[in-house]
Amino acid sequence: MPAAADRSPEQERARFRAGMRDGVPYALAGMLVAVSYGVLAKPVLGSAAPIVMSAVVFAGSAQFASLAVLAAGGGAATAIAAGLLLNLRFLPMGIAVAPSMVHGALGRAARGQALVDASWALSNRGGGRFDISALLGATAVQYVTWNLGTVLGVLAGGVLGDPSRIGLDAVYPAFFLGLLVTELRRPGARLISLTGATIALALTPVLPAGVPILAAAAAATLGLRS
Amino acid sequence: MNATVWITVIGLVVGTAAIKALGPMVFGGRDLPGALVRVIPRLPPALLAALVLTDTFTGVHRSLVLDARAGGLATAALALALRLPLIAVVVLAAATTGLLRALG
Repeated sequence: MPAAADRSPEQERARFRAGMRDGVPYALAGMLVAVSYGVLAKPVLGSAAPIVMSAVVFAGSAQFASLAVLAAGGGAATAIAAGLLLNLRFLPMGIAVAPSMVHGALGRAARGQALVDASWALSNRGGGRFDISALLGATAVQYVTWNLGTVLGVLAGGVLGDPSRIGLDAVYPAFFLGLLVTELRRPGARLISLTGATIALALTPVLPAGVPILAAAAAATLGLRS
Repeated sequence: MNATVWITVIGLVVGTAAIKALGPMVFGGRDLPGALVRVIPRLPPALLAALVLTDTFTGVHRSLVLDARAGGLATAALALALRLPLIAVVVLAAATTGLLRALG
């Protein structure tokens, strides 16, 4: 828990700004992903829906998963399920940040909306503590570039062509690896990440996308005394 | 088609908001059970490693594939080992993947 002095408005603003600075590299990388989302989504969803989707859903992997279903001619229920399964990882992430939130239930629910992968990892202070002001700051910059990138992708799609031709589908794995590398410096993290990765890959052929990622959370119980 | 798209947007908005609100609402403002306290610091490496590998090796229809993305990931690992800035890491990963596709 942060000391009382850390929760002064000045301190919170300073930590929000620090979160923004930490979030900038991920915001720029995320923008590349958003451009490819806009390019790929426009022929399937039209011009308005991808832009609205990014503004109100703001969850990259879920947006790509639902797009894949609709592009293949699937229905809304399947597309929603595919997207939400990928977002299930925000359940354990939300539980993780909950004790660091000093607000009322509605305030906590509102701040929970700012949960995205990079902000969650960047605001991790170790020992189960998260800096919520930094999380909000990191999400703020990513929100701006995510929407900017989507608009660019929708507008420039015809010029850019297939985003995978220039390897934009490799941006997300590199993005997550950047976050993982910081985590690997913590004690015990290597074995946990290896186990989590193994669980996720082993379950990928048998479970819908997203569930194997959630199941990888089980690796966090490794080596705990019962 | 248009209705399908907008129903999808609404479904994802409502569902995502609920998922993101649940943990903070239910588990905030009080001490977590002891078991969770010990698990939570260990969640980030587990979830991030799962995201890295599923995003690299998942193909269509739940298949595992080894394609140009793996080359991009290897380049990203090298770039991170050299402590290059993240934006350089992702640009190099994308360039490697694009180059491998152009050659392949």
